[in-house]
Amino acid sequence: MKWLRLISVFLLTLLPATLAAEELDMNEYLFGHVGDSYGWHITTINGHPVSVHLPVIVRSRTTGWHVFSSKHIEEGEEYDGFRIAAKGEQYEGKLVEQTPDGPVRPFDISITKNVFGLMFNSLVLVLLVLFGVRWYRKHDATQEAPGGFTGLLEMLVTMVEDDIIKECVGPDYKRYSPYLLTAFFFIFVNNLMGIIPFFPGGANVTGNIAITLCLAIFTFLAVNLFGNKHYYKDIFWPDVPAFLKVIPLMPLIEIIGLFTKPFSLMIRLFANILAGHIMILGVVAVVFLTAKLGVAMNAGMSAIAVLFGVFMDVLELLVAFLQAYVFTMLSSVFIGLSRQHEEN
Amino acid sequence: MILQAAAGAALGKFGAAIGAAVAAIAAAIGIGNIGKASLEAGARQPEQAGHYRLTAIIIGALVEGACLFAILVCLIGINS
Repeated sequence: MKWLRLISVFLLTLLPATLAAEELDMNEYLFGHVGDSYGWHITTINGHPVSVHLPVIVRSRTTGWHVFSSKHIEEGEEYDGFRIAAKGEQYEGKLVEQTPDGPVRPFDISITKNVFGLMFNSLVLVLLVLFGVRWYRKHDATQEAPGGFTGLLEMLVTMVEDDIIKECVGPDYKRYSPYLLTAFFFIFVNNLMGIIPFFPGGANVTGNIAITLCLAIFTFLAVNLFGNKHYYKDIFWPDVPAFLKVIPLMPLIEIIGLFTKPFSLMIRLFANILAGHIMILGVVAVVFLTAKLGVAMNAGMSAIAVLFGVFMDVLELLVAFLQAYVFTMLSSVFIGLSRQHEEN
Repeated sequence: MILQAAAGAALGKFGAAIGAAVAAIAAAIGIGNIGKASLEAGARQPEQAGHYRLTAIIIGALVEGACLFAILVCLIGINS
């Protein structure tokens, strides 16, 4: 009986063998899924696209504020003078306004797919944490231990606090705990929601370099705004022979280092999450790419693609947790380095 | 004739593909070294094995960061 179930599940992976063979544009497929867009396209049923239409909020220099649903500009149509620039044009994929001087970008604060994903994931994070807080209001934490989801939250928070923050920041860790814990859970929740393939997950928030740039900027501010006098002395007038200080070689290297550390934080998180998404999308694309090669080839490759895709998804779970862990750990190490006391 | 072929965008894509392959080799060598070192250290001092495992995973993520930077550049090279 067990074998029968296993074989029937395996046969399910061969179902895509009856696909109609249509040419797949890899570029548009990949970057359409990991990139940003004005509406959230979910699926296409019978040639009719099903998507969530998000608001477009723009301010043109000549006509002022415009707020409208993205369904008006979805298919490349023009609305109120605004349209999405087509392939090959200057601002491809972005909203442009047609002026006598050619297409120009208006001031654009639309709720795009990534912005909506960011807001939704932040709401999910706030609800998760507030749900855990409820238990602590009703019970005395020193007398009993929580079970269930609150127990899982406590386990995670305690792990981050004890193993990362307390150890790496040093004696005054309590001041930085709020920021570091928030960073960890923000990155973790957003990474996990990016792996979920259907709406409202799958928005690739942390795979967007603008968002990781903001996280890196926050770490940069947390490190440099509250730095010790000793920290700044080490950067601008380090304890090295005079010929390195006067040129000034060491201070220049230290200042460059000031910026490369958050830069590497940004690139590491962005590249890991983006690469993971692209790999999973590529594995799934195998199903569509082999559709033209015949039913048997397609069935075999689809089976392999499904199994490999499951493996990649589980690996992405590990990467989601690990990238949040590494970001928080490196941020706390940098903060700890900026609060060091003079060693004798 | 070779100049004409070289001037084409095909050379850019060729270079990007080679770059991605070299980045994959670099990641494999780097993480392989980490695995080797952590296993050897764990064999010498088994009670610290958990510490070594955690350190190996963290350093693996850092090495992966550098290689993925190269992969990103290659992706951009292939697409433009």
